[in-house]
Amino acid sequence: MLKVEEQTPVVFSSELLAKFDDIKSRYPEGKQKSALLPLLHLVQAEYLWVPTSAMDQVAAYLNIQPIEVYEVATFYTMYFLKPQGKYALEVCRTGPCCLVGAEKILDHLAHKLGVKEGEVTADGLFSFRGVECLAACGFGPVLQISPEYTFYENLTTESVDKLIEDLKNK
Amino acid sequence: MSRKLLLEHINVPGINTLDVYRQKGGYRAVEKALKTLTPEEIVEEVKKSGLRGRGGAGFPTGMKWSFLAKPEGVARYLVCNADESEPGTFKDRYLMTHIPHALIEGMIVSSFALGAKVSYIYVRGEMMPQIRILERAIAEAKAAGWLGKNILGTGYDLELYVQPGGGAYICGEETALLESLEGKRGNPRIKPPFPAIAGLYGCPTVVNNVESIAAVVPIINDGGEEYAKIGIGRSTGTKLISASGNLVKPGVYEIELGLPVEEFIYSDEYCGGIANGKRLKATVAGGSSVPVLPANLTLKYANGEPRLMSYESLSEGGFATGTMLGSGGFIAFDEDQCMVRNTWNFARFYHHESCGQCSPCREGTGWMEKILHKIEHGHGSMDDVDLLWDVQRKIEGNTICPLGDAAAWPVASAIRHFRDEFEWHIKEPVKSQQQNYGLANYANPIEKAPVTEEK
Repeated sequence: MLKVEEQTPVVFSSELLAKFDDIKSRYPEGKQKSALLPLLHLVQAEYLWVPTSAMDQVAAYLNIQPIEVYEVATFYTMYFLKPQGKYALEVCRTGPCCLVGAEKILDHLAHKLGVKEGEVTADGLFSFRGVECLAACGFGPVLQISPEYTFYENLTTESVDKLIEDLKNK
Repeated sequence: MSRKLLLEHINVPGINTLDVYRQKGGYRAVEKALKTLTPEEIVEEVKKSGLRGRGGAGFPTGMKWSFLAKPEGVARYLVCNADESEPGTFKDRYLMTHIPHALIEGMIVSSFALGAKVSYIYVRGEMMPQIRILERAIAEAKAAGWLGKNILGTGYDLELYVQPGGGAYICGEETALLESLEGKRGNPRIKPPFPAIAGLYGCPTVVNNVESIAAVVPIINDGGEEYAKIGIGRSTGTKLISASGNLVKPGVYEIELGLPVEEFIYSDEYCGGIANGKRLKATVAGGSSVPVLPANLTLKYANGEPRLMSYESLSEGGFATGTMLGSGGFIAFDEDQCMVRNTWNFARFYHHESCGQCSPCREGTGWMEKILHKIEHGHGSMDDVDLLWDVQRKIEGNTICPLGDAAAWPVASAIRHFRDEFEWHIKEPVKSQQQNYGLANYANPIEKAPVTEEK
């Protein structure tokens, strides 16, 4: 078993399994493994991270080995292998965004939330991290919030403060 | 105003809906292609157009299509590469957000030309909003009979699906993308066999960039020869340029290839000059992977002739004094930017994104990041610059996929053109932590917008 933080095994709802079926139908017979990345996104949208027990169940659903799921979940950066804040803020930290102040936004977030990159605030609401280019370089600095991946552009320290207040009051 | 083929109707309210897109002449290319042209004739038109792959490599699209193997009884696939991740590039996101039907229309025509019955649009996972936009647009098109069984009564069937990635730059490389679409890690495949022979599920496959596929629509509507009249030399048609960095008006611009670089940067029709009245120090003209150039070489060749926005002109002078058009990700650096810091930032990016399959890239990108971190933070020695040069030389050309080259070129070009600045960081470890080097002494940037506007 993959060494990650573990909780009680999750149980997939019938709604979630119906979504799985819909995605699996997009690929030719015998090529159902193609559904793996989309399925992991659905799992993450449901639980806000990807628990190992969910990976094992996805493996069983797709009739593949658990290791085939683990190696994918650990390769791609979007899958959270430990619980995050309810709002996981991801700030672009690549070249073009840094030309217009992304590093300042990251520093500001650490200060404002009182946690380091990757940590969750005590109220469980927020976590943040720097990520690589989000393909919105002309509108930087930018951040996105999973699991909806809503996008916020042309950030300033003031707009970040407002965003956090809005999310707190949501 | 230059001609717009892709973004002509970008400001029309509701252009993201099927109805408005149809009112503006949308899906004419599907009607024309499916009812009056054979697949071979469509490929021929795309060949005549001279369209070159808009994802970065610039390989002729029509030729790529003509390589597709067509064995009896084997499925063929078209996969759209919407894994836009090259730092500095955001044109595909823009196009998919505002005119999703342009991509869907292009996918239908291209799939018909290639004989694909199922096609996928592989969108980078972070673009969930764009995935939702595309899925809504596909549902609209399907309900109106542009997708599904027996399209327009021609007997042609096509299903189109959107596939999300998982957040990996490497999946923009076409064979890594196919691996990812098969539900695996994005490790590039050894070529040959090329995807045209053995691609998705081992079947013949074409992988094209979003913008290339969208460009097929005007090519079919107006004819390949008309398309080829736009542009300059072997750089035909229009190109979406993503402009970012220290510009007055960053954003996505559709240009006719052959536009002078100077006009693109300084004219009010495009970027409007350098922000905050500052001077231009350097540019990266085609996404982070292409060589960085100082301002003077950006605007002019070494012999003083003006440089143009085209595949040939941007690469004039080779890597000694030129760069590449790449994906059209145009990043401008003003006089206050630090080339060492930026090079370190890009090196960190490539280290983070290396898939780890080939040792020169996996290890080399880490070395480059560490050495650059050291120099940037005032702990470098003169040997480090030579070591950096040595490491990048050993990555370039020694990896399965071009990520190795893409990691090496920004470092090599930064040393080539800005060595003084690297050495200054080493000689002035304290000062370099407090202030920036400023303009390179050989950059000869323009003071203020000198371009006279066309009336």
